[in-house]
Amino acid sequence: MLTDLTIAGALAGLAARDFSATELTTAHLDAIAALNPQLNAFITVTPELALAQAAAADEARAKGHAGPLAGIPIAIKDLFCTKDVRTTAASHILDHFIPPYDSTVTAQLRAAGAVTLGKANLDEFAMGSSNMSSAYGPVENPWHRQGQATRLVPGGSSGGSAAVVAARLALGATGTDTGGSIRQPASFTGTVGMKPTYGRCSRYGIIAFASSLDQAGPMARTVEDCALMLAAMAGFDPRDSTSAERPVPDFAAACRHSVKGMRIGIPTEYAAPGMPAAITDIWQRGQNWLREQGAEIVEVSLPHTKYGVPTYYIVATAECSSNLARYDGVRFGERVEGEDLIDLYERTRAAGFGAEVKRRILLGTYVLSAGYYDAYYLRAQQVRQLILRDFTEVFSKVDALLTPTAPSAAFAIGEMMDDPVTMYLNDIFTVPASLAGVPAMSVPAGLDHQGLPLGLQVIGKHFDESSVFAVAAALERAAGFTATPSLMAGAKP
Amino acid sequence: MMSLDPATVRRIAKLARIRVEDAELPKLQADLAAILGYVEQLGEIDVTGIEPLSGAAQMALRMRADIVTDGGQTEAILANAPGREGDFFTVPKVVE
Repeated sequence: MLTDLTIAGALAGLAARDFSATELTTAHLDAIAALNPQLNAFITVTPELALAQAAAADEARAKGHAGPLAGIPIAIKDLFCTKDVRTTAASHILDHFIPPYDSTVTAQLRAAGAVTLGKANLDEFAMGSSNMSSAYGPVENPWHRQGQATRLVPGGSSGGSAAVVAARLALGATGTDTGGSIRQPASFTGTVGMKPTYGRCSRYGIIAFASSLDQAGPMARTVEDCALMLAAMAGFDPRDSTSAERPVPDFAAACRHSVKGMRIGIPTEYAAPGMPAAITDIWQRGQNWLREQGAEIVEVSLPHTKYGVPTYYIVATAECSSNLARYDGVRFGERVEGEDLIDLYERTRAAGFGAEVKRRILLGTYVLSAGYYDAYYLRAQQVRQLILRDFTEVFSKVDALLTPTAPSAAFAIGEMMDDPVTMYLNDIFTVPASLAGVPAMSVPAGLDHQGLPLGLQVIGKHFDESSVFAVAAALERAAGFTATPSLMAGAKP
Repeated sequence: MMSLDPATVRRIAKLARIRVEDAELPKLQADLAAILGYVEQLGEIDVTGIEPLSGAAQMALRMRADIVTDGGQTEAILANAPGREGDFFTVPKVVE
């Protein structure tokens, strides 16, 4: 089936004229029509736009100037501004927001010839690890526990993107990752997700959550496909003040590099107490796979790991309280009328934001407020420095790190909702790399005893995505992960 | 560090310009207190002399030429305005 292809495979088929971009796009639109009502993975589907882009890709190919992703159908996380296509951030406050411009990442993907099928669901303003906080309702994970009908979460915040890729509704999707929002959903859905180095992809036109952490990245079904997407997404952009002015390496070539002689660090602090045996087991297998391919496995220490999540929830909420101040019901977004201007602001924001977003804005406001700034925000920034220092020291000894991606497999919709801290602990293995700004990638490594996918995380040095791709590809080769979810295009009900 | 009483939650909500109904206060107070209780552990680290890290970018901010690079986008800017008169955003009367 066309929907089962990888991006690399589809590009080869398009080049050989085995099928057209229009046929490939139609196959995915049909799959979306069949499965999205259940999965709720798209907030907005744009079939007419997609078919027009596919026709343009076919024409470009016929004329011999097809872009590197010409005719490849992808989904865009609904946090990326898309010109003339509604962009909601999964928040009611942006229910009717139609951006007059494109984010740099989506513009670059379109310039490369990619076909955009629609806007993928997410946690509201990318704040969450389950997709439960979306104002457009939860996304269902296409995977189920063996023999059970319980609906599971796809992780978050890029849960819609992950579900779309897993269920074969698109060949790839964009995600954003602030504390694990690409990697944890990739782990929960048996897909591959890469958070590049902070600064690698432009943040211009991505609705901001925490600007010192937000980073866009690709999600797909293979490591190579992520490399192909990232090549189109990355690069210097003068419109983002923290965009890195560096050349973009050949990531796809990096996937073919051997790991022979590489030193891979195993941080002892990532062996969290109470971690399921299946995860400890898959982590051990990952080490063996790399050793068998000639890598040297080295035990290392990142002593401040356990302070990652508390640091993150101060830094990220402080930045979000500032970034989300712009939603005031005046220049764009929804408005609730009030008695005076202040009342208008307060009613607009009370009605427009969901519970998790409000909680984070309030927490961020508190840690930045007079009398608490030093105790919370300044101290968190100092601990962030120590976390970065941990990575800098470790990377003087090893080329990359191998860890589990998440402390559990996908959980059920409605679980872990008792208190916010329980949910936040989902990010314990992903947050430190975000705070340090280093690249990290989740690759599916196997299934747990209930048949749910588990991912392994590879963390690399700043701007050394190439090593991360090499190690992830080595894991992928050894894992031979071919399991598929119960809900996917073409699967028998 | 101060405990989080209802008056403090109200004060933060006011600063954040989010209207909070009385019925919402207890749950908000409990959630915020739980998160603050959890982040208290940062207090056990010795951060003496540690330079705060404000961002993950491995660079100094770039300078750019002080020139106009964009403009004349009135319609695009006003296209999503919830209230508009001519080329202006409208808000409730601020000055009596």
